[in-house]
Amino acid sequence: MKVIHEGGGELLGWLDPDEARRWMTEEKNRGLEDKRMTISEAVRRFTKDGDYFALGGFGHVRVSMAAIYELIRQGRRNLTIAGKTAVHDIDILIAGKVVDKVECAYSFGHELRGLSPAGRRAVESGRIKVVAEISNAGFQWRFKAAAMGLPFLPARIMLGTDTFRLSSAKIVEDPFSGKPLCLIPACYPDFAIIHVHRCDKYGNSQIDGIEIEDIDLARAAKRLIITTERLIDEEDIRKDPGRTAIPYFLVDAVCEVKYGSHPGNMPGLYYSDEEHMAEWLGMSRTEEGVREYLEKYILSVESFEEYIQLVGGEEKMKLLERIETLEEPLKCPWAES
Amino acid sequence: MPVGRELKITFTAVELMACVASRILEDGSAVLVGTGLPIIAATLAQKTHAPNLLIIFEAGGIGPVIPTIPISVGDSRTFHKAVMAANMDYVMGCAQAGLIDYAFLGAAQIDQYGNLNTTVIGRHDHPKVRLPGSGGANDAGSLCRRTIILMQHDKRRFVEKLDFLTTPGYLTGPGERERAGLPSNTGPYRVITQLGIMGFDDGSKRMKLLSVHPGVTVEDVLDNTGFDMIISEEVSTTEPPTVRELKLLREEIDPAGIVIRK
Repeated sequence: MKVIHEGGGELLGWLDPDEARRWMTEEKNRGLEDKRMTISEAVRRFTKDGDYFALGGFGHVRVSMAAIYELIRQGRRNLTIAGKTAVHDIDILIAGKVVDKVECAYSFGHELRGLSPAGRRAVESGRIKVVAEISNAGFQWRFKAAAMGLPFLPARIMLGTDTFRLSSAKIVEDPFSGKPLCLIPACYPDFAIIHVHRCDKYGNSQIDGIEIEDIDLARAAKRLIITTERLIDEEDIRKDPGRTAIPYFLVDAVCEVKYGSHPGNMPGLYYSDEEHMAEWLGMSRTEEGVREYLEKYILSVESFEEYIQLVGGEEKMKLLERIETLEEPLKCPWAES
Repeated sequence: MPVGRELKITFTAVELMACVASRILEDGSAVLVGTGLPIIAATLAQKTHAPNLLIIFEAGGIGPVIPTIPISVGDSRTFHKAVMAANMDYVMGCAQAGLIDYAFLGAAQIDQYGNLNTTVIGRHDHPKVRLPGSGGANDAGSLCRRTIILMQHDKRRFVEKLDFLTTPGYLTGPGERERAGLPSNTGPYRVITQLGIMGFDDGSKRMKLLSVHPGVTVEDVLDNTGFDMIISEEVSTTEPPTVRELKLLREEIDPAGIVIRK
């Protein structure tokens, strides 16, 4: 195959397919074992400084904030993040000084809420570096190639653009059609953390609603931490196997964390906490505000339960449940300024 | 209509943009939407002339009945009463296979060929303003049949040369998309701003002014454009929003005014 162009972005998380197979064969446990542990143990055992990692969900939807806070508390440093629609997750991780490099599909923004003051400040001052650009489908297909044990997947995206020029992809002449085609390299993150609605103690997981990129991400990650709203019996999984989104043999740790996506949305259970988001967006306008926020909600807090108390406890979570089910109208304080 | 009494309808530029975008979408077509103005326009189309418009979100929501404006293109509103809650792979695969007719995009910069920048203002390694990046925009702009761009119109945004080409328009001219390997018969279709409606010249693929909004002149558009825009021989005046459209926008679609009153 003739290579026509090569992207100049840093190639992150790529493995030779035989090396990747060896990892999967030797490191992924096909035995049915109880993997329940605390979030602090999971983060201590399966993440390390310098890792390249990806988070499940969609930046502020079904995202494991509980694990993100733990990464900050444990002082992880020099991590590179897959900015695959990274929103509140990356913002907090950048603020917490965990992340210093980004492969960027979508980062430094808060979707409808606007741009992220903390993330933008970090990248504009040079404290963190964007080492590669990519698109959302690009990330999805990097994970899919890895999930399939392939070195790359072809796609008709990024062609002709600077997004390609700064990506780690290559453009070749398709040997079938003769047309230029973009090859998206496989991506095996050192670890991934995915928050799910329910799973059993082995890690068999169910997700309600859209899966975003998590089916393939779970298969691509070298280590996978599952945080779950609720633990269920193995029997409940086996009763309806069509509901299993992630099977146990991909999973390294299972942590039960109710409300673990707060202040993000957990579809069907609770909507995003826009009051809290407004507080963060306001405070993160200054570095002093960032430090104050981290101290108040993360560093001086010992458990996620304590954090939930701090942000309004059961009463707040019941309100977010009613907003999720449309029984209560949504108020967006950040839209009023 | 009451006789002898003048009906004066007032509306904002954002409301007009929503109505213009909505009217483009045909019943029975499929549209990939983002949150904000695009989902408002698509919902308005569904409630008026296009009840069978298929709304699709990149994160996996297919055919939802939108209850309130989503904050994220992946939040629970994007698959409320949907026909399918799928995933990014599924939706982007559908787009690549030719199943998605329209996509809405926004941008910080656009050039005469409809190429878009949502990545950076200034140098990439030394950004003056760092923007979020492609997200799904490059994919949508590469793979959907027709893209509709909604953005503010001024000289800083309508530029001769982009600081960064995030999402392909017609690249450097006719035939260039195909030469780059992008799917044939795709590309930017309309650009809708607070000043007017632009299309692209069939021959040169350069941006062409089709219509100016009420109260806006051709001169105003040119004064706010940083490149040579082709002027259609018959520049029309955009139809203002109807009372019904405004009522739907203000009372049903965005009653809190999160987007239309911004």
